[in-house]
Amino acid sequence: MCPALGFAELGLYMTPQTLILAVALLGVLGFFMGRRRALSSANHDPRLMHSLPHYYGVFVFLMTLVPAMLILAIWVLAQPMIVSSLASDLVLPQSIPDGSSLGLIMSDVTRMAQALTLAAGQGIVDLATLGAAADATTQMGDILTSVGVAVGSQMTDDMVQSALDMVRLTATGDWAMTVAIGAIALAGFAYSMARMSKSFWARNAVERFILVTLISAAAIAILTTIGIVLSMVFETLRFFSLHDWTDFFFGLEWAPNFRGDSALSILPLLWGTLYISIVALLVATPIGLFSAIYLAEYASKSTRGIAKPLLEVLAGIPTIVYGLFALITFGPFLKDIFGEGGILGVDWMGDARSVATAGIVMGIMLIPFVSSLSDDIINAVPQAMRDGSYGLGATKSETIRQVVLPAALPGIVGAILLAASRAIGETMIVVLGAGAIARFAGNPLEALTTITTRIVSQLTGDGDFNSPETIVAFALGLTLFVLTLGLNIIALYIVRKYREQYE
Amino acid sequence: MTDHTNAPTFAQTPRIKKRNAAEKRFKGYGLTAIAIALTMLVILMGTILTRGVGAYTQTFVTLNVDLLESKLDKAGTRDPEAIAKVTTFGYSPLLKAAMDRVVAEHNIDTGLKSGDMAKILSKSAVSQLRDLVLSDVSQIGTTVKVKFLANSWIDGYLKGRVTRDSIENNKNVSSAQLDFVDALRAVGVVEKKFNPDFIFGADASDQRPEAAGMGVAMAGSFFMMLVVLFLSVPIGVAASIYLEEFAPKNWITDVIEVNISNLAAVPSIVFGILGLAVFINYMHLPQSAPLVGGLVLTLMTLPTIIISTRAALKAVPPSIRDAALGLGASKMQTIFHHVLPLAAPGILTGTIIGLAQALGETAPLLLIGMIGYIATNMPDGVSAGLFDPNSAMPAQIYEWAKRADPAFYERAWGGIIILLVFLISMNLLAIWLRRKFERRW
Repeated sequence: MCPALGFAELGLYMTPQTLILAVALLGVLGFFMGRRRALSSANHDPRLMHSLPHYYGVFVFLMTLVPAMLILAIWVLAQPMIVSSLASDLVLPQSIPDGSSLGLIMSDVTRMAQALTLAAGQGIVDLATLGAAADATTQMGDILTSVGVAVGSQMTDDMVQSALDMVRLTATGDWAMTVAIGAIALAGFAYSMARMSKSFWARNAVERFILVTLISAAAIAILTTIGIVLSMVFETLRFFSLHDWTDFFFGLEWAPNFRGDSALSILPLLWGTLYISIVALLVATPIGLFSAIYLAEYASKSTRGIAKPLLEVLAGIPTIVYGLFALITFGPFLKDIFGEGGILGVDWMGDARSVATAGIVMGIMLIPFVSSLSDDIINAVPQAMRDGSYGLGATKSETIRQVVLPAALPGIVGAILLAASRAIGETMIVVLGAGAIARFAGNPLEALTTITTRIVSQLTGDGDFNSPETIVAFALGLTLFVLTLGLNIIALYIVRKYREQYE
Repeated sequence: MTDHTNAPTFAQTPRIKKRNAAEKRFKGYGLTAIAIALTMLVILMGTILTRGVGAYTQTFVTLNVDLLESKLDKAGTRDPEAIAKVTTFGYSPLLKAAMDRVVAEHNIDTGLKSGDMAKILSKSAVSQLRDLVLSDVSQIGTTVKVKFLANSWIDGYLKGRVTRDSIENNKNVSSAQLDFVDALRAVGVVEKKFNPDFIFGADASDQRPEAAGMGVAMAGSFFMMLVVLFLSVPIGVAASIYLEEFAPKNWITDVIEVNISNLAAVPSIVFGILGLAVFINYMHLPQSAPLVGGLVLTLMTLPTIIISTRAALKAVPPSIRDAALGLGASKMQTIFHHVLPLAAPGILTGTIIGLAQALGETAPLLLIGMIGYIATNMPDGVSAGLFDPNSAMPAQIYEWAKRADPAFYERAWGGIIILLVFLISMNLLAIWLRRKFERRW
C-alpha cells in the first residue's frame, strides 16, 4: 500500500498521549510568551492594552491547543477504520469460512497486528523478514503464543499479509499524525503570537471562543436525541427488511426462534406492559394523591417536614432494589396467599412472578412520584379560592373535593401521565418480577412479559446482529421511545397550560 | 333556609353530622395513604437489613495444614517453577489430611470419610492453599494454620438458612456433615466471623457463593462515576450557562429546551440501546468496559444536571448581573466571576443527586454487557479501570439475583446495603450542602 514508508518508522512517532503532552506544553509556553509579548508591546503598562494581559496568554494557549486536539481526536477515531478497510483488501474471499464474515476475520487480523507490534517491540520478530518468509503463517502462530494473544479463526497466509499491512499502515498513519498535529499546533502558535500587540482585542477573541464552546455543549443534548432516534430508526428499518412489518404491529404472537421463521409481534408485549402499568397506577394514584392532599392541606409543618423527605426516600431507592424485593420477598408472599397450598386455599398463582407482583411493587415505587408532583400542583392553587370556599361555609374536605381538586385536575392528570410513562419504561422490576410469557392473559396472578424485558432478553447474550430475533429489540426500543415521548409531551403540555391560569 | 332559624347555633343537625363525618373520613384517607407509603418504606428497609446483614459474616474453618514435601516438592529443590506445576488438584490430599488431624486432635467421633469432611470447605480452599504455598515456598515441610471459607451450605446452616429437613435430598451436603460441623463448632474450629472480603473482594463463579464479594464491582462503579463526573459536569454546566444566559429566544433554543426536558423522561433502557448501537456496534469500544457504562450514564445524567443547574442560575438575582455589568465587566466576566460562584452550591447539589441516580441505574448496563461477566480482576490502574471489562454495583446485584441460589440472594441483599450506604451518604451530602450554602435574596 505504502511501500515508500517501510518498517523504519516503527517507533519514530509519538503516541497520542505524548503528543497531547507535547502540544499542551507548547500551549503553556505560548501562554507566557504571548502575555509577555503583548505586555512588552505596551511597555509593560497594562493600562495601554485593549484587554487584561492574561487574555493574550489564553488566546495563544487556545489557538495552539484546541485545533490540534480536535484534529487529533478525529484522527485517532478515524485511523483504525481507514487502516482496517485498506488492509482488508488483502484478505482473499476464499479465506472467509462459511458462517463467518469479513468483519469477524478483520477483528482477528487486528488482533494479529497488535500481537505483531507487541512482538516487534520486544524484539521477538523482524517484521521485514516475516512478510517474505515462506512459513509466515507458522511463524505467526508462534508469535501469537509468545505474546499470549488468541485468534478465533483459522489463520491463512493472506491474513498474515493483511496483518503486516495493517502494522505498516498504522505506523505510517501514526507518523503522519505526529507530523500533522505538530504542524497544526505550531501554526496556531505562530499565528496567534504574530497577533500579540497591545491593540489586539484578546478578550473578545477569547470570549467568542468560550461562547462557541458553550453552544456546542448545548448542542450535545440535541445530538443525543438525534443519536437515539437515528441508531434505532436504522436498525428498525433493517429489521423491517428482514421481517414483515405487519406481523410486528398486527400479529398476535411473540415466539422468537433463533432458527428463523419467528413470530415477532409487539401486541402481546404491549398488553403485558400496559396491564402491569395499569396495576402500578391503581396502586400509586390513590395512595400518592391522598398523601399529597394530606401533606398539602392537613399536615402540620413538622409532620410535613418529616413525612415528605421520607416519602422521597422511596423515590431515591434504585429500581434494582425494588426488582429484588419483587422477586425474592413480595412474589413469594403473594404466592403464599394465592398459590397452591396458600392461606386462601386457592390455586390461582403458579409462579411467584406475575402481573400483580411487578405491578404492585412498581406502584410503591411510583407513590412519591405522584405525590410530590401533585403536592406541587395543589400548592399552586391560589389560597383565595380556598378562602372563598370556606367563606361560603364549606368544610375543609368539601373545599378540597369541590374547589382545590377540580382546579388542580389538569396538573394531576399530567402527573399521572408522567407516572404512566415511567411505568411503561421501567425495566428492572419487570425483568425480575413479571416473568417471560408473552400472551394475552387477564389473570393478574399470572406471569406476563413486557416490552422492556424483551429488549433485555433479545440483546443480552450472544446475539447475532444480522438476525431479526436480535434486532427486533431496536424496533421495540423505538416503539417504547415514541410511546413515552408522546406521554411526556402530552403531560408537559397539560401541566404548562394549567400553570398559566394562576400565575 | 327558614327551617334552620329555630335551631340552636351549635347544635349538630344530622346533615352537619354527616358533613363532619365525611370530613373526618377524608382526613383519614389521607393519613392512611401516608401510613401505607411509610409502612412500605419500613418493610422495604427492614427486608434489606434483615436479609442482607448475613452477607457480612461468613463461616470460617481454621485448620492446621501439613505442607508435605512428598506432595508438593518431590525433588526437594524448592524450585518455585517446579512447585507451580502442582495443580490445585494436588493440594486436596493435604486438606483431607488436615481434616483427619482435626478429628484426631479433638477426638471427634464421626463416620465421615476424610474426603467428605474436606467437602465442608469452599471449593476455593485448594487454590487458597496453593496461593499461600507459592507466595513463600520455604513453608513447605512445615505446618501452617490457615483460615478457610466453609462452603455456602455449611454457612447457610450456621445462619439458619439450611436445616436438616431442607437438605434431605441434597447432593451437596449431608446431615452427617452438619453433625460434624456442630462438633467442630463446639471446639472452635468452625466460627462465624465478620468477612471483609465481601466488601472488598472479587466476585466468584456461581459454584462458590461464599467467596463472592463486591469490591471489584465497586471499583467498576467508581470508574464509571469518574467518567460521568468529568463529562457530564463540564458539558452540563456549559450547556446550562448558554441556555440560561446567552441563548436568544428562537425556535432552535425552544427545540433544545423541549428536548432536554423530554430526554430527562426517556426510559433508561433506551439509553442502553443507544450505547449498544453507537458505542459498541458502531465505534467498537470494548464491551463491559466502565468507559462505555460511564458514557451511557453521562448521556442519561446530563438532562438532570442541566435542569438543576439552570434552576440554580435562575435563582441568582438580576441585580448581581446588573451591578457587575455596570462596573464594566463583560457579559462573560459577569457570568464566570459573579453568577457562577453564587450558583455553585446549587449546581453541586444537583450534580450529586444526578450522580446518585446514575450510580443506582441498572437497566442500560445490562445491554452493554456488564452482566454475565464475572468481575474477578481488580483493575490496577486508571486505563485498566476504564477499558478492562468490569461489573458495576447494581449490575453485580442483578447478576447475583439471577443466579437463583439463596446463598447468592443473601449477597445481593448485602450488596444493596453497600449501594444504599453510598446513595444515602451522597443524598445527605447534597442536603447538607443545600442547607449550608442556601441563600435567599
